[in-house]
Amino acid sequence: MSNTILHKAETRGHADHGWLNSYQSFSFAGYYNPERTQFGVLRVLNDDVVTGGKGFGSHPHDNMEIISIPLEGSLVHEDNMGHKEVVSAGEIQVMSTGSGVFHSEYNNSPDKPAKFLQIWLFPNKLNVTPRYDQVKIDPLKGKNQLQQLISPDANGEGTWIYQDAWFLSGRFDKDSRFSYERKKKENGVYLFVIKGSFTVDGQLLETRDGFGITDVDEIELLSLEEGSEILIMDVPMKNKIQ
Amino acid sequence: MEKIQLKILAVGREPAILQVVERLINGHEGWAATIVTTDEAAIAAFDKTDFRIVFVCAGVSAEEEENLRRRLEELHPGVVVTRHFGGGSGLLENEVLAILNSQKK
Repeated sequence: MSNTILHKAETRGHADHGWLNSYQSFSFAGYYNPERTQFGVLRVLNDDVVTGGKGFGSHPHDNMEIISIPLEGSLVHEDNMGHKEVVSAGEIQVMSTGSGVFHSEYNNSPDKPAKFLQIWLFPNKLNVTPRYDQVKIDPLKGKNQLQQLISPDANGEGTWIYQDAWFLSGRFDKDSRFSYERKKKENGVYLFVIKGSFTVDGQLLETRDGFGITDVDEIELLSLEEGSEILIMDVPMKNKIQ
Repeated sequence: MEKIQLKILAVGREPAILQVVERLINGHEGWAATIVTTDEAAIAAFDKTDFRIVFVCAGVSAEEEENLRRRLEELHPGVVVTRHFGGGSGLLENEVLAILNSQKK
């Protein structure tokens, strides 16, 4: 029998710092809810809007797999590994922060907001040499089917991270039905609706709702609106640090 | 004068990251941080201060963490030795609150 957890969009943590408007699916910074700290190794899922010309100044991270998915606009990334990149909607950025990295992320536009998802996973290997990667998503591949964005396989589709986790996304026509089979028995599946609405095993999910499912091999989804978009995160429920 | 209620030791191998962890902890009312870069210095730090939480930070291996935890828990029963993930970022305050919350139960 499956176990599920529903995180409605309006129940997320919220912080409005003026330059940053952030909705948090899991406890983060000043938002602390002991009932909502993580889903397996998925620790952070922030839905951020950064105003034009603003951003996160240089700050460190370590031992965390950090995935940024711009939804609108673009960010300028700079780090102490020597990268200076612009990451835009239609791309994914991955940082394996390992033994430690300093970076900054600023909105690339002086006046338009940048919207992006900031997702952190606990790594399965400590203190690795920090790594940065950025890949383009083929918009056609994710039309009415799921497209792999992230996997543990360095040679796999999309990019990779130090964790037995898979991310997939897709944009679906109204009434499209599809299924998702989890990758590993030890994993759970966390679904996040980027846009539109779906039913997932009969559960209605609307824009920015999150839904975690464990102990089930296959999930049935139905798109309820034209152009509905979903992000699927298939993650270990227990971390096995090597 | 501000009263320090929670003393936190952070041990790691990356001084630049430790300094950020120290600044963030000290920026929280009632919390005070000490940072060290070796396990021996972590044990010695208890001579001067009775820490309630020890954060194991960047650069410390899982094996070193386990050894340090075993030694500190033997010497100072009640101390919580736990890994800090994320490098002085948005998780630090959450990690402290989770420990305090679990100790209430």
